[in-house]
Amino acid sequence: MKIYQGPIYSYSIAILVAVVFVSFLLALFEIPIFETYILLLTGSLGSTTKFGDTLMVGVPVIIASASLVITFKAGLWNIGVEGQIIAGAVAASFVARELQLPAGILLPVMILAGALGGAFWGLLVGLLKVKGGVNEIFGGLGLNFVATGLVVYLIIGPWSRKGIASTSGTEPFHQNAWFPTLEGFRLSPLAVALAFLVVFIVIYVFSRTQFGLKLRAIGLNPHSSYRFGIPTSKYLLIAFMLGGTVAGLAGVTQVASIHHRLVPSISGGYGYLGILVVLLAGYRPSLVVPIAFFFSMIAIGSIQWQLRLGLHSSLGGVFQGTLVLSVILISAMRLMQQRRNKNSKVGD
Amino acid sequence: MNPETLAIVVSYATPLVFAVIGETITEKSGVVNLSLDGSMLLSAMTGFAVSLTTGNVALGLMAGGLISSNLALIVAFSSIRLRLNQIAVGIVLTLLATKLSAFLGQDFVRKPGPSVQDLHIPVLGDIPAVGPILFQQNLLVYSSYILIGISFWFIFHTRHGLNLQSIGERPEAAYARGIDVNKLRYFYTALGGFLVGLGGAAFSLDVKLGWSDGHIINFGWIALAIVIFGGWHPVRAALGCYLFAVLQLFALKLQPVLPQLSQVLPIIPFPLMIMTLLFINHRKIQQLVLKNNGFGRFISGRAPSALGESFQRL
Repeated sequence: MKIYQGPIYSYSIAILVAVVFVSFLLALFEIPIFETYILLLTGSLGSTTKFGDTLMVGVPVIIASASLVITFKAGLWNIGVEGQIIAGAVAASFVARELQLPAGILLPVMILAGALGGAFWGLLVGLLKVKGGVNEIFGGLGLNFVATGLVVYLIIGPWSRKGIASTSGTEPFHQNAWFPTLEGFRLSPLAVALAFLVVFIVIYVFSRTQFGLKLRAIGLNPHSSYRFGIPTSKYLLIAFMLGGTVAGLAGVTQVASIHHRLVPSISGGYGYLGILVVLLAGYRPSLVVPIAFFFSMIAIGSIQWQLRLGLHSSLGGVFQGTLVLSVILISAMRLMQQRRNKNSKVGD
Repeated sequence: MNPETLAIVVSYATPLVFAVIGETITEKSGVVNLSLDGSMLLSAMTGFAVSLTTGNVALGLMAGGLISSNLALIVAFSSIRLRLNQIAVGIVLTLLATKLSAFLGQDFVRKPGPSVQDLHIPVLGDIPAVGPILFQQNLLVYSSYILIGISFWFIFHTRHGLNLQSIGERPEAAYARGIDVNKLRYFYTALGGFLVGLGGAAFSLDVKLGWSDGHIINFGWIALAIVIFGGWHPVRAALGCYLFAVLQLFALKLQPVLPQLSQVLPIIPFPLMIMTLLFINHRKIQQLVLKNNGFGRFISGRAPSALGESFQRL
């Protein structure tokens, strides 16, 4: 009986709904259904190289999701995470372009710069909200587009490639600014370590520290937290800055371990993908890693879908979106039903 | 600017006028439909695909409106019935509908197709200066004028409009006066969503013809920004759309001369949106700029008090 009420039951039903919906789309376009799902697994996990690629895509998604956990716990809708990733990438690119240093010093400086860039962009959203009364959704959204504009301006303006008027990206960085990789892999152990370190810190902060506890209290009820003596504004600003710092790190991994230069779509949309991950994880930091990894499997798998079966590259995104929508809808339906059952029992 | 350029501005702005007024109506009722960017893409694709297969543009516009209306209903349902956060559902729907539009529209990419036919209004179109700008357009553009007028009249000068405002401002009070708050919210969310979808389909059938992946991406976010810039007032919101169209055209003309600036111009609605929000919400800035004159009153504005909050009777 118990299993019918647990979250696992809702999740299973929701996954089933998503799979049925995607299968229906596949059938509509006369694509072999079973083969498609098998290819998702073999394409993303089938060999060590493929597993490495999946993990590589997973890194920025994991970091972005960890950033979102911080702000979500504080009750904030940090849509601005996308802009914070971009700001981190821009700051790291600046360092990579301007400083001639050995890799051992350059990489830490890039990481630091990216963190600061993200923190600054996050603080802007925070100040707009706390001091200016601008809702963080719209402040963040606006600053996302400003950041995108900045990147495009840099790429075609001051950082343009010599002799080429192109929006494709800047000159590749010097090798010293690349995260080192393992022989035969595109994956960088440094990036993976960074991702796990960030997740570990976020889990620790929210399970073991006063600060995390207070932030959660603010997220649950800002008014009573304020009356209880927590300086709400200060904590919210710190949450925005911390979220931005972490998001900036995702930007660093994008430029230093994946693209090795600044490109217009440098964030890869991973900020928005992170929102899906965190919603699916129900804001629990410990679930972020497996879910982000699963989403990366879908992302890598859908590249295989495109290569081998000629499927449209958007199918992976359709799968991810359907999954999250059905999970939140079905979980909410179960919750409503339980509440109603409880109420009717009280009525007896 | 010569009349031809202004005529282009009016026609460029038309799809946005539909979308922005639609979302304004939805938000007036207290619901935020944040799925605009996705729903407009999906309706642009649907509108074009349906028009191409049936050869009927009107059917395409209808289909675009209906699909977006259904997405809006998901937002309303999950907020009203399931007490889910409207923002969460809106964002998920945006991402899903964007990808869905690319997947479902894959067979329609870069195909030539039908478009809305021009229809010059005989007498009005001959008025010097104004005629060629406003009345040598098409039915869609004329409908947008009517929509601006009707929505203004409806919201501020009818009993139903008053009810619409009351469910977005003080749902408890409205409920106490016997208004079925949630039923009306369903209705206005669906209606707003329909207009948003018309806007999306108007893009692919009139302004940016045809379909490609991410055909009109970011226009939904721009529409959401203009709703705020418009201070939840349909006429001001429509003016915001025309202003944006001027900027867009400006960017287009600057392309050969100042490529850097022209690439950056399209983001201008967003800083403007932030400044509007700062202005609306920050008392000191407000006092600094306006001293109770008519202009000041026109540019100030306020979000509906219960925007984004679900209403549950006890």
